[in-house]
Amino acid sequence: MRGFLLNRLSQSLVLLVIVSIIGFGILNLLPGGPLAQFGLDPGMTQQDIERLKGLLGLDRPIWIQYLDWAWRLVRGDWGHSFRDGAPVLEVIGSHLFATLLLMGSSTVIAISIGAWIGIRGATRRYSLFDYLATVGAMVALSVPTFWFGLVGIYVFSLKLGWLPAGNMSEIGDGSILGYLHHLILPSIVLSLVHVAIWSRYMRTATLDAISQDFVKTARAKGLSERRILMKHVVGNALLPMITLAGMQLPSVLTGALVTETVFTWPGMGRLFLDSLGYSDYPVVMGLLMFSAILVLLGNLIADIVVAIVDPRIRLA
Amino acid sequence: MTALTANAAPSRWRNNRAALRFMRHRLALLGLAMIIFLSLACVLGPHLLPYNSLFIDLRARFAPPLTGYHFLGTDPLGRDVAARLLMAGRISLLVGFFAMVLSTLVGTLVGVIAGYRGGWVGATLMRTVDGFLSFPSIFLLLALAAALKPSPVMITVIIALTSWMEVARIVEAEVRSLREREFVLAGRMLGLSGTHIMFREILPNAMGPIIVASTLTVARAILMEAYISFLGYGIQPPLPSWGNMLNGAQQYLGSAPWLAIIPGAAITIAVTSFNFIGDGLRDALDVRDDHI
Repeated sequence: MRGFLLNRLSQSLVLLVIVSIIGFGILNLLPGGPLAQFGLDPGMTQQDIERLKGLLGLDRPIWIQYLDWAWRLVRGDWGHSFRDGAPVLEVIGSHLFATLLLMGSSTVIAISIGAWIGIRGATRRYSLFDYLATVGAMVALSVPTFWFGLVGIYVFSLKLGWLPAGNMSEIGDGSILGYLHHLILPSIVLSLVHVAIWSRYMRTATLDAISQDFVKTARAKGLSERRILMKHVVGNALLPMITLAGMQLPSVLTGALVTETVFTWPGMGRLFLDSLGYSDYPVVMGLLMFSAILVLLGNLIADIVVAIVDPRIRLA
Repeated sequence: MTALTANAAPSRWRNNRAALRFMRHRLALLGLAMIIFLSLACVLGPHLLPYNSLFIDLRARFAPPLTGYHFLGTDPLGRDVAARLLMAGRISLLVGFFAMVLSTLVGTLVGVIAGYRGGWVGATLMRTVDGFLSFPSIFLLLALAAALKPSPVMITVIIALTSWMEVARIVEAEVRSLREREFVLAGRMLGLSGTHIMFREILPNAMGPIIVASTLTVARAILMEAYISFLGYGIQPPLPSWGNMLNGAQQYLGSAPWLAIIPGAAITIAVTSFNFIGDGLRDALDVRDDHI
């Protein structure tokens, strides 16, 4: 177990370094490079910029600049927002909860509905339900999230008037019920693609588990089909799902950005787009690095949870 | 030479079997038919319609579909939605196709080298793949699109830059499993160069998974173009794309819902079709079902 943890941890660190190199490359691609935030200031002349370059050490070799930049990231000095001068990490922090809430609720929806479809499809293989679920999943994977959001708003907000068309709450309404009411539509929109993915994985995993010997043993013991399915089949099929949940993180974050834009949801995705609109590159860079680190962390946690739950790794 | 001719016969036979299996896949055929139909409509359609995609008919702004002369209605400037949809389709399909070509080339190159060389070269390349996959693709796409001038060519390059990793992974795994096979050892014994072995001996054996992955990449690339254009950082107006036709449609959702519904439906149909084709090819070429 300890060996596994150390190995896994060092893998994550290596990836973190590579991610930071990619991030640094993009930072230098941005118009004006690391000085982008000053380049847009009309009060700055070319000489000022040259002088700043010297002051900030941008005339040094590129790898020293990289080390300097990376060290500041590690220390938590992610620069300041170009818009209001607030530290980038604080700005991101204030938008984190909304995004995590949206991602969490849509993941719950995606896993529960997806798992149900997958298990039902696997136990009734080649039935009409299974066929429709397979085709439906492929179509669901092809629907642009923002378009599904627009159609959802059109039907449920504009035509039926059941659900709000955007924002996290009404102004002055702090009730939990109000928040939940606003959460329903964006969560469903964000979950569509992932319901499809989960249902496909769950179907495969269930089919794999059904053909295992321990299921035959359980049948031979005389357990009811329902008990076999719930305890032995689903229990074993669920384990890889934890890893999958980690692997899904980049795509959930991508979906969240688009969903937040359509529903004016005050999360990281909206912040990213707003910052791009204002050419607020410190925040853009911060969010880019933050989302990648979130993904690395998510995968690491998923693998550790699997290691704790799975006796084959835990006891190794 | 004898080895080559002996090889050709079974491979042609296998291709026929694959073609047969593909023809039996009804959804894949439906997808193929849809793509052919869409491509023809986008190439020929604009010449057959009475309106130019840039023609502004001020008296017919916000005309709903199936009323008057504009059969898919008009947009807020009074431009014909049908004409714009077909012109946009040209851009979206071309961007999707060329992004696939570029990312398949890069992904295959990286995958072959990493899989064949192995060692620290392979490890570095594959960790780079993991690194790129750690970024949510839309964040990466938007940051790059904001950094570089968004012309259709640049958008294609950017999309390719964020979608080559999948192919690289598939090819690397395939090449790694083939590396120690007898025919490769035989090639080495004959003194063939590493490049020859990699690209002429090993790569043809990995074509099945590459073809499947590249079909799915077209679907993904069309979606990605739609995402960034919808958000305003992709194809720039007046050049229409399916994504940027939806940009701004949200504010007219109540009064002119067709502006949002029609281009989105076109994207969904095109992407679904490519996914169906990819699924059919996977069955036909007997590629393992790794994901979805």
